[in-house]
Amino acid sequence: MPTEAAELVFDEATKVYPGRDGAAVDHLSLTVPAGDICVLVGPSGGGKTTALKLVNRLIPLTSGYIRIDGRQIGDYDVTELRRSIGYVIQQVGLFPHMTVGGNIGTVPRLLGWQKQRIRERVGELLELVGLDPEKDRKRYPSELSGGQRQRVGLARALAANPALMLMDEPFGAIDPIVRARLQDEFLRLQQELRKTVVFVTHDVDEAIKVGDRIAILRQGGTLAQYDTPQRILEHPVDDFVADFVGRDRALKALTLKTVGELELAPATEDGLPRLPADTSLRDALAIIVAERRDALLVVGPDGSPLGVVTREDLLR
Amino acid sequence: MLASLFVDALQFIPDHAALLLQKTAETAQLAFTALGIAILIAMPIGLWLGHRHRGLLLALGASSVGRALPSIALIGIFIAWLGVGFWNNTVALVILGIPPILTNAYFAVEGVDRDVVEAARGMGLSERQILTGVELPLGLPLLLAGVRIAAVFVIATATIAGIAGGGGLGEIIDNQTFYNDSGVLAAALCVAAMALATAFVLSLVQRAASRRMAPRA
Amino acid sequence: MSGLRLADGPVIPDFGQGSACLRHNHWFCTSWVRANWGDTFQPALLQHIYLTLLAVGIGFGISFVLAIIAFRFRVFGPPLGAMSDFLYCIPSIALFVLLVPVTGLTVTTLVIPLVAYTLFVLYPNILAGLRGVPPEVLESAGGMGLTLRQIFWRVELPLAVPAIMAGLRVATVATISIATIAAIVLYYGLGGPIFEAISHPDIFRTELVTAGGLAILLAFTADALLTLLQRALTPWSRQR
Repeated sequence: MPTEAAELVFDEATKVYPGRDGAAVDHLSLTVPAGDICVLVGPSGGGKTTALKLVNRLIPLTSGYIRIDGRQIGDYDVTELRRSIGYVIQQVGLFPHMTVGGNIGTVPRLLGWQKQRIRERVGELLELVGLDPEKDRKRYPSELSGGQRQRVGLARALAANPALMLMDEPFGAIDPIVRARLQDEFLRLQQELRKTVVFVTHDVDEAIKVGDRIAILRQGGTLAQYDTPQRILEHPVDDFVADFVGRDRALKALTLKTVGELELAPATEDGLPRLPADTSLRDALAIIVAERRDALLVVGPDGSPLGVVTREDLLR
Repeated sequence: MLASLFVDALQFIPDHAALLLQKTAETAQLAFTALGIAILIAMPIGLWLGHRHRGLLLALGASSVGRALPSIALIGIFIAWLGVGFWNNTVALVILGIPPILTNAYFAVEGVDRDVVEAARGMGLSERQILTGVELPLGLPLLLAGVRIAAVFVIATATIAGIAGGGGLGEIIDNQTFYNDSGVLAAALCVAAMALATAFVLSLVQRAASRRMAPRA
Repeated sequence: MSGLRLADGPVIPDFGQGSACLRHNHWFCTSWVRANWGDTFQPALLQHIYLTLLAVGIGFGISFVLAIIAFRFRVFGPPLGAMSDFLYCIPSIALFVLLVPVTGLTVTTLVIPLVAYTLFVLYPNILAGLRGVPPEVLESAGGMGLTLRQIFWRVELPLAVPAIMAGLRVATVATISIATIAAIVLYYGLGGPIFEAISHPDIFRTELVTAGGLAILLAFTADALLTLLQRALTPWSRQR
């Protein structure tokens, strides 16, 4: 059931709270191309959650415009707008009095889908997010772990196949190990579904891992830089951005590529430690340092040697 | 000695079944009419205020005042002022029944986890759907507890209205010389039974309602 | 056993021969009130205060002990909850009447239901107050080397005071109100004059208003005093 992913445009979007100094979101302008993940990141007070909630009108705009596929959000009926956007929050907010199946089916029920269609869709989504379509459907939120609740929250947001997803620190309340796994699964899902996603986080590493593009907001809600992770790490636009991404940004940049993407020297030496091709450059460097080696053998998914990577290759 | 008194009271019941039935019906009619009106007035207000998270002062004030006002004084004043009559008594009872219903309706809705409400709103449920589909089911126990408290209170006060000339079981309780101890005890048992029956019915309502309000896919 | 009926009340004015105020059954006849204050209203008020203090005192004592037990050994929560639901469903008037065969026409009959009703406000509140202390506070107290007993008396109990006081205020005000109903059984407390007044074929307004007004005043005064007490006991929460 593919739906066209939507293009989202912020056009001088501003939010000022009466009685408070300064804006929460200050003339934010950026375009999220259809199918992209845009991560809003910044220090607390930077207005990232506010900017997110402007899109589904949980917070009303003070001035400026926000357009989805060219149409202003103000032109839509607000409940129809929200039903066509997937919304995931940090605490998930699953309805405790409904089963997992009941939760996921909420928006389809609102849209009047047939019962059979809803049943099938719920099963489909449960499998998609890695849960058991028959057993987990009947469970209640109180019986689930934190990670499982997040998955259900994601499934619930995807239920009506929205063209746009808004996610507010969805993995914030999860422990790091589960979080990494959820991030990976989310990225895998996104490859399949290709939705337009606005993702809020305060964690720079998560932003770099997940985002196609990153928007860094400063205190006071102004946009500092909006660019691909690569370019932000390599060319931070000012000291604020440089500090925010961290002094180890060169190392962080190494996470963006895998050894398989490099040009490798032919495999000649034997007895070198093996490295899967999808290892990031950073992890490869870590292994070289740990093993005190100069080179590693890169192997494909079937174990066949693809080439050799040296320390110099990595540091270039 | 007490066993024999209770036996007498239990004997009174079948001996005077018609009388007790009539008096019970009188009290019940008064109490449940008033309760129904109180629910119709107080519940929507309490639910809506709780949903909007406004009017906390009203909810708290209502409950404080409701608690401090001695019910018999209130009903006595009403009867003294307006005279005896079904609708006069009903008004007094409605006033007594409103505070617990209002307060509990307010807190039942207001206390629902705000994250759940935010998720619901963000997903595109309308305000009314949030109230009926999320806040009400989750707040149901507290809401019905308020109705139960009001019911017990109204039944008790309706009985007292009988003493002031409102008919019903209160007439029996007030009239020991005529009905003897056994009669008075029997009437008190009827009052208790009426209240317990109401509470039981409410628990059934709660069970049925929560089952209906929780859909599965 | 003498009947379940009100004992002698105050001198019932013969409307025909009383003052003009009384003859017209006005809402408040000052002279009559003044005349009967000493032998009707003052004793009734004092009895009412005594009844309230007794019931709330006993109720608080029992609730406190039970709450501490439930707090330490997590067993007793549910049974008490179920019992309270049941008893709370019985209208006070019925409860008073039904106790007479058991405890006779004494003040005891009045006190027992009142104590029961306070238990079901105070016990949950005290327990909730004790349980509501943030775990990190308890942890740091333990870490600083306080014994369990010291933690209880110096940390848990003081922090539970707001919840306890809230329950106490509700229980006291409710008791003052319900105690007026107790007079269905025995002429005692402010309920006596009230029942007396409404039992007249033509409700005796002055008596009703005076006694009822005293009850309301008593309730508000008690609430105010307890609020002041709460503020005195919790100096750390003085904001605004």
